[in-house]
Order: sequence, then C-alpha cells, then structure tokens
Amino acid sequence: MAGLTDSTSTQMGMHTEPLTGRDIKTKFTLENEGGFGYHFGRDVDFNRRAEIDCAQLEPTEINRKIRELMDSGHGSIVVRNPGAKHSLIVGILNRMNIIVEGSLGYFGCGLLDGPTVRISGRVGWSFAENMMAGICVVEENAGSTFGAALRGGDLVCKGSVGSRTGIDQKGGTIIVGGDTGAFSGFMMQRGRIVVCGNAGKNLGDSMYDGTIYVGGKIRDLGVDAVSAQLTDLDRAWLSRKLKMYELLPEQGVDHFTKIVAGKQLWSYDNLEPTEKKLVL
Amino acid sequence: MCGIAGLIYRDGARKIGEEMTAMLQALRHRGPDSTGFAMYGAPGPNEYVMRFKVAEKEDLDGGTKIHRAIRERKAAVGAVLEELGVDVLEQEEPTEYALRSRISFGGDLKNLADHIEEVEGGEILSIGNALELVKDLGDAASVSETYALNTFEGTHGIGHTRMATESDVDIRSAHPYWAYPYNDIAVVHNGQITNYWLMRRQLERDGQRFVSHCDSELLAVYTAVNLEKGMTLEESLRRSIDEIDGVFTYLITTGNELGMAKDTMAAKPMVLYEADDMVALASEEVAIRAILPHEIDTTDPYDEEVRVWQA
Repeated sequence: MAGLTDSTSTQMGMHTEPLTGRDIKTKFTLENEGGFGYHFGRDVDFNRRAEIDCAQLEPTEINRKIRELMDSGHGSIVVRNPGAKHSLIVGILNRMNIIVEGSLGYFGCGLLDGPTVRISGRVGWSFAENMMAGICVVEENAGSTFGAALRGGDLVCKGSVGSRTGIDQKGGTIIVGGDTGAFSGFMMQRGRIVVCGNAGKNLGDSMYDGTIYVGGKIRDLGVDAVSAQLTDLDRAWLSRKLKMYELLPEQGVDHFTKIVAGKQLWSYDNLEPTEKKLVL
Repeated sequence: MCGIAGLIYRDGARKIGEEMTAMLQALRHRGPDSTGFAMYGAPGPNEYVMRFKVAEKEDLDGGTKIHRAIRERKAAVGAVLEELGVDVLEQEEPTEYALRSRISFGGDLKNLADHIEEVEGGEILSIGNALELVKDLGDAASVSETYALNTFEGTHGIGHTRMATESDVDIRSAHPYWAYPYNDIAVVHNGQITNYWLMRRQLERDGQRFVSHCDSELLAVYTAVNLEKGMTLEESLRRSIDEIDGVFTYLITTGNELGMAKDTMAAKPMVLYEADDMVALASEEVAIRAILPHEIDTTDPYDEEVRVWQA
C-alpha cells in the first residue's frame, strides 16, 4: 500500500476520486481487495449445476437464462448446442463456472469480469472482447480479434487464431497454442501474448507496451516492435502459464522469442504541447 | 456488412439450392435488402441457360402501363433471339419481370448479350453452360420460393445477402455478378475496392463492359479476363491480392471450380469448413451450421490466403 500511496497517480488524486458511471460496493484498495465487487453480484454455489439447451433458443433468451440461473444460486452452468450463435455469455460479472459444449459465433464472452469459461469447440471473431477478469479456455480454433482490448484474466485458445489477436490489449494474458494471424498485438498497451506456433506479418505493430512471446516463426515485426532478451523471469512465467493450460512444449520455453515495444514512436513527452498536437 | 457463402461438392451434384437457401437465410441479418444465388447445374452440350429480366421489381408499382411495357419487352427479346438464330428449348417465367431460357446457340455470347441489353429494361443476369444466377429483393427464403430454387441440383454455388450502402436497393445492384459476357463466371464479395475506378477504366480501355457501378462486378470481369489470358483461377486470385486495393474477401466460381481470396489486411470475415466430400464457406459459422448442425471443426483463412476447390 505504501508504494501505491506514494505514487504520482495517488498524489494526483487518481485513486481517491469517486468513480462515475459504475456503482461499486467498495472502493478498491490493496487492503480490501477481497471486498471488491459489484453490489448486484450473485451469491452462487459452485456445486449447484444446471444445463441450458440452446438449440431452439435465440441469443437473448440464452443470456437471460444464464442470468436467471445465477439469480437462483447456480454456480456451474453447462451450455449445450450453442450452434455458433453470436453474443452468448456476455457481461457476466460474477465468479462462476460456465462449460460450453460446442462452438460460439461472434462476440462471445464479451465484457466478462470473473467467470471461468471452458469451450469445447471453436469461437468466432472478437471473442472475450474487453474481458476484465476470469479465465476463458477454447479447445479448438478462434477467429480474428481474439481478446481485443483485453483488460485482465487469462484467455487461452488451444488451436490457431485469426488476425489482430490482442488488438488494443490493456492487460491480462492471451495464450495461443497454434498460430496467430497478421497484426497480432496491434497497439497493445499492456499485458502479455504468448503464441506457441507461428505469428503472421506486422506482429506488435505500434505497440505501446506489453510483451509478446512467440515459440515459432515470426513472418515480420510491425512498426516499433523489437525483439528483446528472454530473461529467467520470462522463462519461469512462461513455463508456469503454459503448464497450467497443458500447452508447455516438450523442449521447454528457451526457444521463444520475446517482442516488446521499441518506444520510439511515442516519445512525445519531449515535445511542447503545440508540437505534440502536430504530431498526433 | 454483407454476407457471402459458398458451397462445393467434390463427388457429384446435390440439392445445393436448398442448402444455399438455408445458408443465406442464416446470414439475413448481415443484409436484408436483397439476396442472390449463382449455382451450377448439369451443363448440356451446346446449351446455355440464360437468366434475364426486363424490369425492376419496383417498376411494378408504377401503374398499369408497365405491364403492357413488360409484355412488349419480352416480345422484343424474343425477336432478338429469333434474329440471331437462337433456338429456345425451354422458357420459364418465375416472375412477371424475370425469365429463364434454356437455349441452343453456337454464336458469340457477347453479341447475344449486347443485343438483349439493347431492349429497354433488359438486363442479362447470366448466360452459362452450367451457371444460373438469380437475384431479387428480399431474404433468401422469399427469393428461393419465388424462383423455386429449393429443387435446384448442382455441384457448387455461391450466394450473397446485401445491405445496400452506396447504391440503390434494386436487382441491378444486387449480387452475385456475372462476368459479362463470359461463360460460367460469377462472384460474390464482401468489402470495398478502393482502386475500383482505376481498374475499371483500364479494363474498359481493353474493351470490357460493365453493367453496374458496383465494385464487386470488377472482380468478376477482372478474373474472366485473366482466365482468358491463360491464367489458372488460383493465379488470378493471387494476382488480385497485389493489384486490387481495399479490404475484401471474395468467392468466385467457374464451371467446375470455387475460389476464395482474402486481402492483405484480413479485415473481412470468412469461416471455412473442409471435408472429404464438400467444402463450405461463409461470413459466419452460423451459415455453415444451417446445413451441418453437428459439431464441426472450422478455420478462419488468413490474410492473403487463396484457395481453389474443384467440383
């Protein structure tokens, strides 16, 4: 807490000013981290399990049913026959288990904050967009913009993913067991992307910060993305994370390439405000 | 945000009309304005199927005179066919304004197409040995019912659901596009071609003709010209990625092939399912699930990816 209190951002009042537009039960501090949550959060029992058959249901009905089951205290929900429908399992702000037996369409699992979601099939574009916390594991392939604007949590695809993986990522971890397409990590600001297979062109283009690890070949790097030395801390973190999701390669992680921001594009702080305006 | 879909069977003809209808109906939310099909049936020797219209659907709201005008236009088309020595083997009128003719013709297709287009309101949707192109306003189910497409049997087809953005809601602006006047070539496209006018003017200077102001038509004519020069479909698709600017994913068909190309940015979606006997592609997986409801393993083609499948 001392570090936080003494930080520049705290002195500027950024940790004490009331948040608007989001009703939070307890203001977040390091001491009461456990109390941080939503006043409307459901008190669910992880041992209470329910199933939803989505075959004849529209996405709105499926999402409503998930909420109704949460309201009645179910902490484990099995979603059957999702049929690649769009926008399923969105806006879940609770800790709970969701098991999807099948595939999701576009914009699945968006705006999550807390749940653990396991998907046996594949997912379409923009999966887990803006996820804030929790875990999502996809057993098959995923579409483009996987984990766009991810803010926290672990997002895992055991197959290959499309283009622009982790675009605008702001935190959390994205792990891809196979290959990723072009422009992965485009404009990422924080967090980590791990690709066990190959990466397409323009990897990490215009990234501000964050780290990308690639186990296979990189077609080429984007603007201002540079390779860096893999440290012991990187190796330990990679090994632990990949082992957690059963993706640790037999040869270990020494062959991974680490990509970070060169930070040559955004050294605007040296400029006067008028110059900054011209540059931006 | 249009929706495109394609389907090809590698082991003979199936009821692709019914399956394409189901796929495009599942994509109706991507474009409710019009729906089009380009499907390939059994080609007959020296025979062509000609799909054409003599008015727009909306013209029918214009009063009683249009009905007389349509009769006169049909008669004018009949006179053209007779004059050019075209043997009409069979003629159907699914709607008052759209016709299907099975013809026997040994002459120049361009000459035939040009003469019919001279008739007021006349527009050829397709002429092909195997190709039949149908497009009209409304969703896939209504177009399919109107033109009795559920019974159509063939080896492959492509389709499109259109959300009109920069041009009118009419049949002329609907997709797919036939590569006027080339036999059996059609295209559906999701995206925007930014060097459309430059490419179109080059092709027009070389004598090609365009029937619309839609950038998708460029892809059909561009491919037809490349094939005429001796390129394979795959070579043409690869070249298009270098020569055509913009964001696009497109499907193109010939008499026995279905091809796909994705631009350098991979900005437009496409989901691909491949099996031993068939290949299905669509803007969204829900369209493939409409004909394959069980769990399937699909992939997203990457940027600059080109694929061609044979029927």
